[in-house]
Amino acid sequence: MSRDLSYSAVMGRKNEIMKKAIGIDYSVFESGGIAFDYERMMREAGYTLDEIQTIQSDVSVGNTPIIELKNLTALARKLAPKGKGARIFIKDEACNPSGSFKARRAANAVYHAKKHGYKGVVAATSGNYGAAVASQAAMHGLKCIIVQECYDSRMIGQPEILEKQRACEALGAEVVQLSVGPELFYTFLCLLEDTGYFNASLYTPFGIAGVETLGYELAMQFREKLGKDPDKVVVTHAGGGNVTGTARGLIKAGAEHVEVVGASVDLSGLHMASDKAFNKKSFTTGHTGFGLPFATWPDRADVPRNAARPLRYLDRYVLVRQGEVFYITEALAVLEGLERGPAGNTSLTAAFSLAQEMDEEQVIVVQETEYTGAGKHPMPQLSFAKQNGIEVSFGNPAEEVPGQSIVFPSHPSMIKARDFDLNKAKLSYIKNCVNNNKLTEINKTDIEFLAKETKADERFVYEALKELGVSIK
Amino acid sequence: MSVAKKGDWVQVHQIVLKPEDRAPQVPDDTKAVPLELWVKGYAQHEAKIGGTVEIETVTGRKVKGELLEVNPKYVHSFGEFVPELLKIDAQLKEILYGGENNE
Repeated sequence: MSRDLSYSAVMGRKNEIMKKAIGIDYSVFESGGIAFDYERMMREAGYTLDEIQTIQSDVSVGNTPIIELKNLTALARKLAPKGKGARIFIKDEACNPSGSFKARRAANAVYHAKKHGYKGVVAATSGNYGAAVASQAAMHGLKCIIVQECYDSRMIGQPEILEKQRACEALGAEVVQLSVGPELFYTFLCLLEDTGYFNASLYTPFGIAGVETLGYELAMQFREKLGKDPDKVVVTHAGGGNVTGTARGLIKAGAEHVEVVGASVDLSGLHMASDKAFNKKSFTTGHTGFGLPFATWPDRADVPRNAARPLRYLDRYVLVRQGEVFYITEALAVLEGLERGPAGNTSLTAAFSLAQEMDEEQVIVVQETEYTGAGKHPMPQLSFAKQNGIEVSFGNPAEEVPGQSIVFPSHPSMIKARDFDLNKAKLSYIKNCVNNNKLTEINKTDIEFLAKETKADERFVYEALKELGVSIK
Repeated sequence: MSVAKKGDWVQVHQIVLKPEDRAPQVPDDTKAVPLELWVKGYAQHEAKIGGTVEIETVTGRKVKGELLEVNPKYVHSFGEFVPELLKIDAQLKEILYGGENNE
């Protein structure tokens, strides 16, 4: 009871609190410089693919079906040059117990917590991960607290986040809701310290390894169904765990030649910690406001070393607009008879455009869907946007201004996956690494590490470091 | 209902950080307002709306805060009807199934 609960005192105890709440000594994977042994961390602190398959199948997570979107493919072919228009498939992750792929991450985290004797789990998330952790905690008989950033200073909540609160409470969890701001982390630390529960972070090695089964299953399912691997897999990208886990699973299946494409909703210009901008966006995740910061500095997460490191795995990164995603969500419903989303529909929007660049016999897969309903459906999202002063119209989605307008394409041929230059993100990562570590010189191990971190060659890293005035030891 | 009885399911509100105590990196509009918290649980004693009450949450935590509501309801829904979505639906079907002129 004598603990100092002031903001600075609690933040000062961060490392100590986290060590108890995760049970991983991250220091053993450090090499002294900026490098750390990522693969060793994934191997020793995580679980093997076999173990994860067992953990997940025991709680009915995974083995979700693959669905071919024949009508959406036909529509893409109508818009594509002759002979173009790849077959579009989705992996129906909404079939997981909590209605999204996040059940895979939660299954591992909660299993781990139970195995190590924790009485409960805490997770900081405004997304589907909350319901996933709540669902898994219910299955394992553990207590569960979800901390979510939910309201602006008028106590107006984004309908999608309010639905996630309801889902968590329906599954028996306590939901602690906060107004906008990164100091959520302070409340999160207080709760961990107070309860002694496990930090079911999205970014631990076992959380990320939980997604590896998705990529692995996907490759196996296509081999069985079509006798070959897909050509492209499109992943909605936010914090990086979906990209990282899926790509690692593909690699473990021997499908490393499959192109991994990340897709995010373009919300450039909106500050994610702004009270006023908070309710001006129609997408609460899968957008550039998480996608870019987490790609260019993964270790901003709630663990010392983030196991989600998307730049190691992304072959291409594309952006789509809010109006385009709403349009494709409608197409999925009325052409395919599937009400899903929003999250997976970001990558579906990208896939609809990318398919038109590909040959007809090629295959493109969207690797997730999520449940929809009150708060999450386009109808509440769009009426909420209108109430918050966002102009909704038909026109050219390229002219959409996040926070001001939502522009539905006046024709589906205007839906475009717009390339974001990955080299820009890689350079930004290297710069963040130099600045955050206050580097003036760097050794050979660190250069090899940076090359791996950015899926680039060492020459690229050398050039970047030279530009930044860092010398080589 | 302006009063909560002991054992009622209620929502409470707290100020976690006052504007002057907010983290340095937050943008100005956020720094101008406090960091607020809301949580639900069982009232441990009778209290008036707007007064202070102690609750026990479903995980057994005891939390004190300003009493906001008894049996707080979920307010999200399917929102207002958005007719633009009908236009999208019709267009999609017209392009895909609408005959040769639409090819």
